[in-house]
Amino acid sequence: MSTQVLPYTVHPHPITGVYSGKLGTWLFLASEVMLFGALFSTYVLLRIGAGDAWPSHHDTHLSIPIGTINTLVLIVSSVTMVMAWASLKMGNLSMGRAYLAVTVLLAITFLVVKFFFEYKVKWAAGTRPSTSTFFAIYFTLTGLHAIHILGGIVVISYFLFPGVGLWKKDPEYYTNRIECTGLYWHFVDLVWIFLFPVLYLM
Amino acid sequence: MGGAHADVSKHVKAYIGVFVALAVLTVVTVLASYIQVSMGLHITIALVIATIKASFVAAIFMHLKWERGASIWWSLCLCAIFFAVLMMLPSLTVYDHPPRVEDKMWDLPAVQKAPSEHH
Repeated sequence: MSTQVLPYTVHPHPITGVYSGKLGTWLFLASEVMLFGALFSTYVLLRIGAGDAWPSHHDTHLSIPIGTINTLVLIVSSVTMVMAWASLKMGNLSMGRAYLAVTVLLAITFLVVKFFFEYKVKWAAGTRPSTSTFFAIYFTLTGLHAIHILGGIVVISYFLFPGVGLWKKDPEYYTNRIECTGLYWHFVDLVWIFLFPVLYLM
Repeated sequence: MGGAHADVSKHVKAYIGVFVALAVLTVVTVLASYIQVSMGLHITIALVIATIKASFVAAIFMHLKWERGASIWWSLCLCAIFFAVLMMLPSLTVYDHPPRVEDKMWDLPAVQKAPSEHH
């Protein structure tokens, strides 16, 4: 039985100059920029339209300490993600997997904080997306972002457990897939870097 | 393979540096939000810091600093243009209230004429 292998999973494609997975991931991220960009644009429109009626961060009662902690959690998870790739690049699978595991744990921490210390508190206080325009865009943006975190957890967990077999067959291919996963993960971090000040601080 | 190792260990130093910068800038952006300035300046400061942080993430963590693939840069250029257009869209709301001819007349000589109409 012959094994079919997708071409240019390791070496750069002569036309694009990169291995194909990387180009695919970047194109996907470009579409993601449009998705979040549209919502940011909506935020700007609603905020300008509301004028002085837009609530300041004193009125919305979003917890700045909790937001700050979650920001730091995501930043650290970005570091561990990129360290996982660097470890694999240096041929150290066990170290790479350890960093991936920490990344997943940090991602779960982010979601736990988000749901139990933020959404749950807001919900208990009777705050809904229908409460105000601010909370409509707040729940939409942070909810969409949380779904992306969830997606990251699924993908990283796949490469941590069932997907790790690829390392034995082709370590460079596996390392490249971790780099692509990292690109996505850093993008999710990057979105949060904007969401945090926009929703919590201004 | 030895060369690749050296490259990656250089990367690792950059990762640690970026981590420190991101952590510090996060604290700075929170502290800056407590400063009493006009809302416009307040928003500008927050967005400038966020853009600096995002640039670090894109350049170092996402390896763009070392990226030589032309296809990726072309895709990103297109993406940046469309993103800019997207962020400009709210400015189209000026057409919710198109400037009327009377408004323009009022702006110019009507102010001087106004007192004489009261007689």
